Amino acid sequence: MSTKIDRAFYDIGHLDILAEADTPLHRLDPRAKLLTTAVFVVCVVSFGKYEIAGLLPFFLYPAVVIGLAELPLSFLLRKLLLVSPFVIFIGIFNPWLDREVMVQLGPVGISGGWVSFASLLLRFSLTVGAALLLIATTGFGTICMALEQLGAPRVFTVQLLLLYRYLFVLIAESIRMMRAQSLRSFNAKGRISYRVFLQMLGNLLLRTIDRAQRIHMAMLSRAFTGEIRIVRQFSFGYKEACFLAGFGGLFLCLRLTDLTALLGSLVLGITG
Amino acid sequence: MSHHIVEVKDLKFHYPDQTPALRGVSFQIRHGESVAIVGANGAGKSTLLLHLNGYLTPTDGQVRIGDYQLTPETVREVRRTVGMVFQDPDDQLFMSTVFDDVAFGPLNLGFTPEDVTARVEKALATVGVSHLKNRPPHRLSTGQKRRVAIASVLSMSPDILVMDEPSAGLDPRARTQLIELLKSFEHTKIIATHDLDMVVDLCERTIVMHDGLVSADGPTMEIFSDDKLLAASCLEKPLRMQGCPICRCKG
Ligand SMILES: Nc1ncnc2c1ncn2[C@@H]1O[C@H](COP(=O)(O)OP(=O)(O)O)[C@@H](O)[C@H]1O
Ligand SMILES: [Mg+2]
Repeated sequence: MSTKIDRAFYDIGHLDILAEADTPLHRLDPRAKLLTTAVFVVCVVSFGKYEIAGLLPFFLYPAVVIGLAELPLSFLLRKLLLVSPFVIFIGIFNPWLDREVMVQLGPVGISGGWVSFASLLLRFSLTVGAALLLIATTGFGTICMALEQLGAPRVFTVQLLLLYRYLFVLIAESIRMMRAQSLRSFNAKGRISYRVFLQMLGNLLLRTIDRAQRIHMAMLSRAFTGEIRIVRQFSFGYKEACFLAGFGGLFLCLRLTDLTALLGSLVLGITG
Repeated sequence: MSHHIVEVKDLKFHYPDQTPALRGVSFQIRHGESVAIVGANGAGKSTLLLHLNGYLTPTDGQVRIGDYQLTPETVREVRRTVGMVFQDPDDQLFMSTVFDDVAFGPLNLGFTPEDVTARVEKALATVGVSHLKNRPPHRLSTGQKRRVAIASVLSMSPDILVMDEPSAGLDPRARTQLIELLKSFEHTKIIATHDLDMVVDLCERTIVMHDGLVSADGPTMEIFSDDKLLAASCLEKPLRMQGCPICRCKG
């Protein structure tokens, strides 16, 4: 079991390694990528509950990014699959709750619940996919810096940065603890009793506090004053403006106009 | 101005739970000296080091670094003078790339971005990890992490390097390379360790701690030849000074 968790987190860290690559997209100012992703997510999320056709053109963006940034598609898909159980759990009851037939395909009636479930899955893949792509082309630290440049409160960005950094240390610590526990419990197969689990949790908390104290100590001894500073020379030039305006505009168009209906009427107009 | 760069006078410290970790420690260290602080686990080495950069405040006694008596007003200047390398590099490296981590100190000290970049590149080159500069620190090996941790301190150009167990957790080869690296530094060095073989290589002087007290202070070779002293302080002779187990002659 531990090895599975090990791998999952190894993989998340791998996103940061992808972010070290040097492609035109990686070199783009992080603010442009962050804002574009934000527009993308807002557009996708704001679609109606039963929307499917309107969401499909949005897959263009991840496709372009993956192409330009030379990212490994299969790796990203695996990351998506890793988090998908959560969303499936959220949406899986829709088909039972909402049984009214919405689409009639010949003899088969598809209920509104199934349509909204499919729509939820699409929106989930698009938004989480866009977030993964942002990290894989930018790196988490740089994203935090961009957030700050865009006016997010410093306390928030510093917290976010440290949280991300120490997630790995904390996870490693819990994995070590679980391993130690499983090596010495000879009864059930890998099952932890409630009492032992509580003790481990308490222990983990104490270790975390200790660690936080030591990190603070290390920061103080390097003249920390409450502000995290980074040297990085990015500038928001015309490339960034084009990227943001181009994709942002495209997303808004896709959101506001009904492209499928438009295409449909166009086809009808030609044939008719 | 005295010729002593570190002066500790009758330092006493209790942890909040009343563990008396230091019970009256005194010593002086001169410019350019390389001093080992040895002692069994729990002897108080780490606690002592944490006083040298003002992280812990003495219950009683004084610490002076260079021209500064350690007080809340001088602590910033002192931390700049004393470069502290912690025992666990994971505690020390908290930024998302090696470069940012090594730049952290100089940026806080207010150097210009060009200066900072130059300092970072120099520090990374000194410890031989320039090629790792864009990597996230949590993906490095322990040996590499330790080097980056040292670089993160070197980039602030401290006068004194203080290290807690620098060879802990390293494989033999990484350990040898680290010793070579530390040997090449001209800083005043204070190294807490129980790796006595490393002490023989690096430090001409050794301070032995036992139960929160200094039990001996003198030239390394003299101290390590004193079997009685070592036994009383729960230490073992460096391997290379023990008799050869095969031919039973003194090494
Ligand atoms: N945070 C703490 N709270 C209470 N006691 C501590 C703490 N840290 C260390 N001690 C105690 O202080 C003594 C000295 O510890 P330490 O300086 O870590 O020794 P060393 O580094 O030589 O192994 C030990 O008895 C230890 O248990
Ligand atoms: Mg210690």
